Amino acid sequence: MNALINWIDDRTGLKKLMHEALYEHIPGGARWRYVWGSTLVYTFTIQVITGIFLATAYSPSTTTAWESVYHIQNHMQFGWLVRGMHHFSAQAMTVLLAIHLMQVVIDGAYKAPREVNFWLGLILMQIVLGLGLTGYLLPWDQKGYYATQVSTEIMGATPVVGPQLQQIAQGGPQYGHHTLTRFFTMHVMILPGTLVAFLVLHIAVFRRHGITVPDPDRAPGVAFWPDQVLKDAVACLVVLATVVGLAYWKGAELSAPADPSEAFSAARPEWYFLFLFQFLRFEWVEHQGLAFGAIYLPGALMLLLTAMPIFGRWKLGHWFNIVFMMAMMVGIIGLTGLALKNDAKDPDFQAAVKQAHDDSERIKVLAERPDGIPLEGAVSLLRNDPLTQGPRLFARNCAMCHRYNGHDGTGREVVKLVNKERIPELPTATDLGKFGTKDWLKSVITDYATTFAPLSNAREEVKKHFGTDSEMAGWSKSHSQHWRIGANEASLEDLTSFLQAQGGRTSPKPNIDEAAVKRGREIFTSGKLAVGEFESKCTDCHSLKPRGEEAVFGEGGTAPTLTGYAGSDWLREFLKNPGHSQFYGDHNAMPAFGDRLSEKELDLLVRWMVGDFE
Amino acid sequence: MSHSQSDLNHTEPYAEGRRGFITHVLAAAIGGFVGLVPFASGLCFFLDPLIRKRKGGSGDGFVKLQITVEALELNGDPQLVKIIMDKVDAWNTYRNQPVGAVFVRRVAADKVVVFNQRCPHLGCAVDYKEKKYSCPCHTSEFDLAGARQNKIPPRGLDELEVSIRNNTEVWVKFQHFRATTPEKIPVG
Repeated sequence: MNALINWIDDRTGLKKLMHEALYEHIPGGARWRYVWGSTLVYTFTIQVITGIFLATAYSPSTTTAWESVYHIQNHMQFGWLVRGMHHFSAQAMTVLLAIHLMQVVIDGAYKAPREVNFWLGLILMQIVLGLGLTGYLLPWDQKGYYATQVSTEIMGATPVVGPQLQQIAQGGPQYGHHTLTRFFTMHVMILPGTLVAFLVLHIAVFRRHGITVPDPDRAPGVAFWPDQVLKDAVACLVVLATVVGLAYWKGAELSAPADPSEAFSAARPEWYFLFLFQFLRFEWVEHQGLAFGAIYLPGALMLLLTAMPIFGRWKLGHWFNIVFMMAMMVGIIGLTGLALKNDAKDPDFQAAVKQAHDDSERIKVLAERPDGIPLEGAVSLLRNDPLTQGPRLFARNCAMCHRYNGHDGTGREVVKLVNKERIPELPTATDLGKFGTKDWLKSVITDYATTFAPLSNAREEVKKHFGTDSEMAGWSKSHSQHWRIGANEASLEDLTSFLQAQGGRTSPKPNIDEAAVKRGREIFTSGKLAVGEFESKCTDCHSLKPRGEEAVFGEGGTAPTLTGYAGSDWLREFLKNPGHSQFYGDHNAMPAFGDRLSEKELDLLVRWMVGDFE
Repeated sequence: MSHSQSDLNHTEPYAEGRRGFITHVLAAAIGGFVGLVPFASGLCFFLDPLIRKRKGGSGDGFVKLQITVEALELNGDPQLVKIIMDKVDAWNTYRNQPVGAVFVRRVAADKVVVFNQRCPHLGCAVDYKEKKYSCPCHTSEFDLAGARQNKIPPRGLDELEVSIRNNTEVWVKFQHFRATTPEKIPVG
């Protein structure tokens, strides 16, 4: 063994190198306060190791990036751990970097003769931030996509060369395959390569000047190995435990696949850029132009940081630097806190976050189906999913008048802003959250006026024909005494069972009691209840061809047809043209959606409303 | 904490030996451990193809060929037929894709012999010409029965299990076998 080591040493000088690496003199003894630089090197090491392994499974293109990350995260052995470590270690690196920088400033470690090393450190900081920014896009999920859009738009606002820079970064005028291949190359080759080069310089220059020791006479000096190494290793262990713990309990996030056609209102940069995000949101900053807030001002702050070694020569310079540093930290923390606070009290943002979360859960269900992820990418799964698209279509097309269980379908309140106050917008049509269910049918029959009450907010003639003054409202009111009789509860149950069966809905699992349907059919045609009877029968106004039968009840004409009521065919035809004589006829006040929505959109909306999806 | 420890370290030199040794061991052990965790996790991740259990395919593994027994001439030239089946590639499932090819030859009224087109030598696709199969890569040669005609391939062409169904449909169990070995060892 020794012979081998000697053989190698003779030819490489390994022993001397190891000796230099391990036996650096530390005046005043090993201390916990010296661990920060080592933890930074350690997090970078984690990034290199996990990054190389991740690169063996990642595929940078717009139809495979999200998909390969999904595969890594959910199917590959330890994929969640390797990706989780990479994800959280990147964030740990940012935190450690801030601590390292603060310590250097407070201890005056930037002063002569260590100015150059301070500048090398600042360059390293920029590279690390660049790695964070480029890495954020690579999963090609909604979150990374929209956050990075902002960064490249900012890049485009650079004076003179902005638009060219932006196109070079994106690989074209818009995001596409080449945005990913470029960001990937930056993230895994150019930036890490540059970082290693500067890190070597940083450490070499650091070794040249030695550690900055506040009180060298504190204790006898020791060598780096093993006392300081032990402290460094323990600190790294804490970092590792934190990173693995986060990967295990929190897990690296993967939101829905990027979709340029699908707004992502939950878009926020990674938390360590939140301060800048918040800063750019101030009206007075906005007023100065994007270049001021996003380029000139951060640039000026960086310049001040860079000038610290020069200020440090003056009598009060060091104190100025510390105060500046602290002010910047307070500013960053304050802005970050403000951003979080604003988001926490913004119900629209909270709804968007919930929707983003629901989408990321839904895509897992869709991707695990037997056909897996289609070749055109996982984004098409969500685009063709009624449960995902239905609520959005409802919000865009229906929620101006209707509500869905009180909200707009996607969980957002429908409000208007008056002097920045959120005032609820009054609905002018019914709440369709329970449309077509037994509860819905019961409430239409027994308490039409309440169910259709929102129509009172609409025009007078709407109220007259369909609202509280309508014929059906009168019918419902005049029969209300029937429903106070206990024995008629079963009749109502039967009648609604019959009506509900007409829609032929498949989900939620139909629990059709054939006997009840048959009894309900009888009530529908005869109007006879357990106790008493309808003065005017359903068939006096409505026509209905029972499901699976040939005969048609009633002539209709004055009221909407109940053939297939609230089923997908009925709803589709109704939405296309509610003014058709089968439905609301001449009095119709609802817009026809036959021209407003494509067949596909109509289909997605209808399938969502009738529950026809897996 | 660190102060008192360091002080102890230097005011009680007699403890140096044992404590020094423990420090050495701990520094090496913890340092090694923090480096090993990301590497070992990454290595397991990398070895995913060996560790992960694949989902078994549905059915008996036989796939129907786009050729019937009737369409084949008795003892005629073998026909090259593409194998069309579903293919799972990481996160994608390709439906009805050509995944390989086989040579089909009718040797009796109700008997068909099927060879995988892949050469058992190093996996190139063999050609059929003038009553023999030959590999364009390393000149392996096989006779009509699939037996090797020179010492380049380690074994004859890989014959696949065939099942004639409904009198005329040719179904074959499409498999690949490890190259370079004298025995037929199925892959995957």
